[in-house]
Amino acid sequence: MLTATDWSAIRLTFELAGVTTLLLLVLGTPIAWWLARTRSAWKGAVGAVVALPIVLPPTVIGFYLLVAMGPNGPVGKLTESLGLGVLPFTFAGLVVASVFYSLPFVVQPIQNAFEAIGERPLEAAATLRASPMDTFFSVVLPLARPGYLTATVLGFAHTVGEFGVVLMIGGNIPDKTRVVSVQIYDHVEAMDYAQAHWLAAGMVVFSFAVLLLLYTLNPTGRKRA
Amino acid sequence: MKIAPQLLAGLVLGTVFAGSARADEVQVAVAANFTAPMKTIAAEFEKATGHKAQLAFGATGKFYAQIKNGAPFEILLAADDETPAKLEREGAAVAGTRFTYAIGQLALWSAKPGVVDDKAEVLKKGAFNHLSIANPKLAPYGAAAVETLTKLGLLSTLESKFVQGENIAQTFQFVSTGNAELGFVALSQIYEDGKLKSGSAWIVPGNLHSPIRQDAVVLAKGKDNPAAAALMEFLKGEKARAVIKSYGYSL
Repeated sequence: MLTATDWSAIRLTFELAGVTTLLLLVLGTPIAWWLARTRSAWKGAVGAVVALPIVLPPTVIGFYLLVAMGPNGPVGKLTESLGLGVLPFTFAGLVVASVFYSLPFVVQPIQNAFEAIGERPLEAAATLRASPMDTFFSVVLPLARPGYLTATVLGFAHTVGEFGVVLMIGGNIPDKTRVVSVQIYDHVEAMDYAQAHWLAAGMVVFSFAVLLLLYTLNPTGRKRA
Repeated sequence: MKIAPQLLAGLVLGTVFAGSARADEVQVAVAANFTAPMKTIAAEFEKATGHKAQLAFGATGKFYAQIKNGAPFEILLAADDETPAKLEREGAAVAGTRFTYAIGQLALWSAKPGVVDDKAEVLKKGAFNHLSIANPKLAPYGAAAVETLTKLGLLSTLESKFVQGENIAQTFQFVSTGNAELGFVALSQIYEDGKLKSGSAWIVPGNLHSPIRQDAVVLAKGKDNPAAAALMEFLKGEKARAVIKSYGYSL
């Protein structure tokens, strides 16, 4: 069955996915809003940057994060001068990496939901003298609910399923950076196949349950996302 | 898409013919620490014999699992002597082909000059955040590092600073990018032509850990491949031994 280190990896994985998803919802909303409404020439470029993690291999993301966040990299120099130390091998570092890695899975569903709302509800709200802020919270957010549900579930699940990036910048430290996917890899490599099965089967069940929940609660989510 | 079946047939035939024409090719699984010397040796082997060695680099433990599950490797150059012996016992390797091709040398290394002294005082002072080691469960160099720290009586104080590489190559990468101030790597990774390439290092004395005997073995799939036998012979030869020694291994 599961050992104490397995449980600690599970807890850490959920903490990482939870913090990452919350941050992504906050950061992703303005990005999605801008992408949905702008007529700027930069729309294509920004959209492409947001989508990059979908197509880039995790080794590329992991390698550049390791170099950039290291003491000789631009991000590492900044964090060191702020007295934060360097980010690789820390929980905060994993959060930064995961935010980047899961960004498209949160921004794109929200962006699609915003686009599907169209101009009319916003114009109607404006004629009723609602301020832009009021319009956003009372009109846009409720209408975009399915998009937010999809974004939350996909952002969380995708972070839980992260492996390559964590392997490259995590350093496999118990309680800090050893997440479930890395723990499974360790078990497999060390030929503890029984241990690996418990965790791996757990991941399959979890992922299936999460997606089932999404498609049951949000039958149109697929179309909008 | 009419062309697809023909294309497929062509590809299949091409592969079959290529297979028979390149019978003098050998697939070699190489422990990560032996990457640099093996590239040089493979090039010389090709020049000397006309055979071609296809190299794959990785952790010995991973290769073991892959070989047991049908990987097409014909020779294993392991980072230890246990894995080849085990494969032989289990019938996955050819009996009587095992030999020690190199004895590994562990080194404590920092990418910066002047950090690591030649008495390893830096470990006792502990004025660093991260010490990179290879996963001791998977990599013989990681196990040797833990053994060394145990002998020095520093394991419990330094354990909390460990960051683990999946194999010795990743362990090296953590140190070379500066993310870990220092780490236990293979001397072959930082040594070339008999001297240190960069940074500062302490060559761990052999009495602090059991010797890292690295054994080679012909695997079941390479039993009848003349190129496999030729490579094993070449590894025992003077040319290969000179390369191996120049990377800091003993023999």
